[in-house]
Amino acid sequence: MGRQLEFEIFRFNPQKQGDVPRMQTYVLEETTNMTLFIALNRLREEQDPSLVFDFCCRAGICGACAMVINGRPGLACQTKTKDQPGKITLHPLPVFKLVGDLAVDTGVWFREMYDKTESWVHTSRTFDPAAQEERMDNAVAEQIYELERCIECGCCVSACGTARLRDDFMGAAALNRIARFVVDPRDQRTDSDYFEIIGNDNGIFGCMGLLACEDVCPKGLPLQNQLGFLRRKMGITAIKEIFRK
Amino acid sequence: MQTHYSDLLVIGAGLAGERVACEAAQNGFKATCLSIVPARRSHSSAAQGGMQAALGNCAKGDGDCPDVHFIDTVKGSDWGCDQEVARLFADTAPIEMRRLAHWGVPWNRVVPGKSTFFKGGEKFEKYEKDENEGLITARSFGGTAKWRTCYTSDGTGHAVMCTMDNRCAELGIDVFDKKEAVSLIHDGETCTGAVVRCLRTGELEVFLAKATAICTGGFGRIYKATTNAVICDGGGHIIAHDTGVVPIGNPEAIQFHPTGIVPTDILVTEGCRGDGGTLLDVNEERFMNIYEPDKAELASRDVVSRWMTHHMRQGKGVKSPYGEHLWLDIRHLGNEHISTKLREVDEICHHFLGVDPRHELIPVRPTQHYTMAGIRTDKDGSAYGLKGLFSAGEAACWDMHGFNRLGGNSLAETVVAGGIIGAKIVEFLKGYETTFNTQTINQAVIKQRERIDNLIRGKNGRLNVYEVRNEMQEALMKGCFVFRNQQGLEECVETLQGTLDKAKRVGLVSDGTGPNYELAAALKIKGQVRLALCIAQAALQRTESRGSHNREDYPERNDKDWLNRTLAYWPENADMPELSYEDTTAKFEIPPGDRGYGGGTIIPADEGYVRERTVESPVNELGTKK
Repeated sequence: MGRQLEFEIFRFNPQKQGDVPRMQTYVLEETTNMTLFIALNRLREEQDPSLVFDFCCRAGICGACAMVINGRPGLACQTKTKDQPGKITLHPLPVFKLVGDLAVDTGVWFREMYDKTESWVHTSRTFDPAAQEERMDNAVAEQIYELERCIECGCCVSACGTARLRDDFMGAAALNRIARFVVDPRDQRTDSDYFEIIGNDNGIFGCMGLLACEDVCPKGLPLQNQLGFLRRKMGITAIKEIFRK
Repeated sequence: MQTHYSDLLVIGAGLAGERVACEAAQNGFKATCLSIVPARRSHSSAAQGGMQAALGNCAKGDGDCPDVHFIDTVKGSDWGCDQEVARLFADTAPIEMRRLAHWGVPWNRVVPGKSTFFKGGEKFEKYEKDENEGLITARSFGGTAKWRTCYTSDGTGHAVMCTMDNRCAELGIDVFDKKEAVSLIHDGETCTGAVVRCLRTGELEVFLAKATAICTGGFGRIYKATTNAVICDGGGHIIAHDTGVVPIGNPEAIQFHPTGIVPTDILVTEGCRGDGGTLLDVNEERFMNIYEPDKAELASRDVVSRWMTHHMRQGKGVKSPYGEHLWLDIRHLGNEHISTKLREVDEICHHFLGVDPRHELIPVRPTQHYTMAGIRTDKDGSAYGLKGLFSAGEAACWDMHGFNRLGGNSLAETVVAGGIIGAKIVEFLKGYETTFNTQTINQAVIKQRERIDNLIRGKNGRLNVYEVRNEMQEALMKGCFVFRNQQGLEECVETLQGTLDKAKRVGLVSDGTGPNYELAAALKIKGQVRLALCIAQAALQRTESRGSHNREDYPERNDKDWLNRTLAYWPENADMPELSYEDTTAKFEIPPGDRGYGGGTIIPADEGYVRERTVESPVNELGTKK
């Protein structure tokens, strides 16, 4: 017989009149290879169908199931219960708007981020269906992909000291997005274009350098390096701007 | 009641849906996308391997062209596809890959010079040409004559999804997440939008549009063991099917992937075998090279799944608490290859199995993976039965995959079909006017509100939705999996008829307020069981074996009687689907023949029938390029 796992889960349904935020306890017997995906679905199907939480790919590639697991943001689907103590406390991610219980609204937050960072290739070229593709060095392609691996789970934002203090801070996910376009030769934006977006307190200069973002990133993105890279690049851009004036 | 209006409503914001929306927006139409999850979490993003397109840039793709891609696709489909559609797809795919490169996809590129690759566990050398440096490269995938699968490391779907969603942001397309369509709005002839449940508030909303496109992916979740994301539950199919006038095409055509991991059924990519991974049995010996001396592990998915199941039945499976399985071996590919080109596989093994694939074997077995079945459309993507309704991607039966689709062809289909069908929708919208009948709209909303109230109040019963769902899933696993036979299918139909009765008597345990998931499941259960019944009934009727549909009692592919496509309608208040049949394809570029793998005998089609439909083509009757 497996361990009797005790789950303490944050409960609040904002759509239900009179509902108040509270913690609720559930007990479930552990099985081999159990993940929080398996455990939470069993709780919903066998004990409490009103439980609200999000899963999608359940394979660690889509980012839907980020939550605070025993005090640390992470993906529930790839959290094995055997790596956790007998009591597992689950909270929704902070910073994001609560949908209910463990589910938060990352969708709206990230769509606003796309607009802020203008998250697309800016180019004056038009596509010619009859022409061969423009060439690219494979190493550059791999470098872009490395930064495109972000799954927008929101862990980095919810673990960020600045984002917790200030709603207007863009967060590591947005800064990494800019870094992705900086290395892409197809994007014709210049350093001063990028400076317009992130060369301020809401952007790269708001980062306090606590770097919890990298610690909690489930994809192991090199956020520390990217933040350093952007800070240096934007610092130089700022100095150049001063001398130009 | 919040009411939204747009020219085009796209239900589902995966690759197909967003590609369709982009085409409309680029042509000046207002497009709106709805999705259960934020667009980038769509199941498109889970496709690791790549997209097939005959660019022919890499050394092992030398001499490739759309004709060869077309041949592979038709053979892969076991002559079950619409050849006009397969041709349209193969010809357009290379252009679409280049377009994606222009929009921002970081495709892997040709690196000139000598490099090594594995095939069947052996090491080989290849030389990439200097003049092709920096062009889009490709990798090997099952069932193809050439290396044709364009990729970005092991996150192709994810990378293309990012680019497509960026493109939507650039074009200013409204992409709303946590919105689930629960019914189409239609009068039996024309579709004018959908009733939508907001998954933030639980409120119903109305989305009106001149054209509606369903791009909601597959419905693998009606099976117990599936590689699909939890959102691939048939929601889009159900609302189309529920109209009574839109059929599901080839419901019996369900693909099983050879390498789902045991126990969680998470997919490890075909790229593992494409890059030289091998399948081993309980004695840690290869076996695919015995059954398929030529293609071995790289035969098409249906063939590999079948031989794996066969081999386990021979007592060569590995026993485990989760049932029997086989091994996937990628140890010989080495640390560098596994850490870069197969990183997602490495992560999956680490996070979900606690296995290091550099030193250990990966437990795998065939698992439900893809629905060639889908909302039947014509070659323009227009759904049968309702004007103004379209479908693209896995949700549709467009039908380029027939009874088996090739790895890398579905991810490519999302964007290629999205572009083609998007352009056809633009043609449709130009000069098209419709009227929105407020009575039709209100009735559609009232009907959904009543359904919800009835479920909450338990008006029709208090059966538990999860128990009913489980019964359906188990029935399909038992009767409609890799091998099928008359007795098993008859039992399956009978069981599912009982399940359908139970589905009508489901009621909620919880109160159903707000973003309630039990309610979402309950709203779908009846439609899901109907889909399951379509699979079982169509599989029972089809007394032949073709592609992924394997009848143990009818092992031949019967072109004489079954060179056709099943159409499964569900008329209002019926207890069983109504099946009818149409010709597989109006034209043959390649008349029915032998695939060259998979074995089995063929009962030939009537010669006159084939001759009448055979057209001039750059490929000849042997399925090779002239």
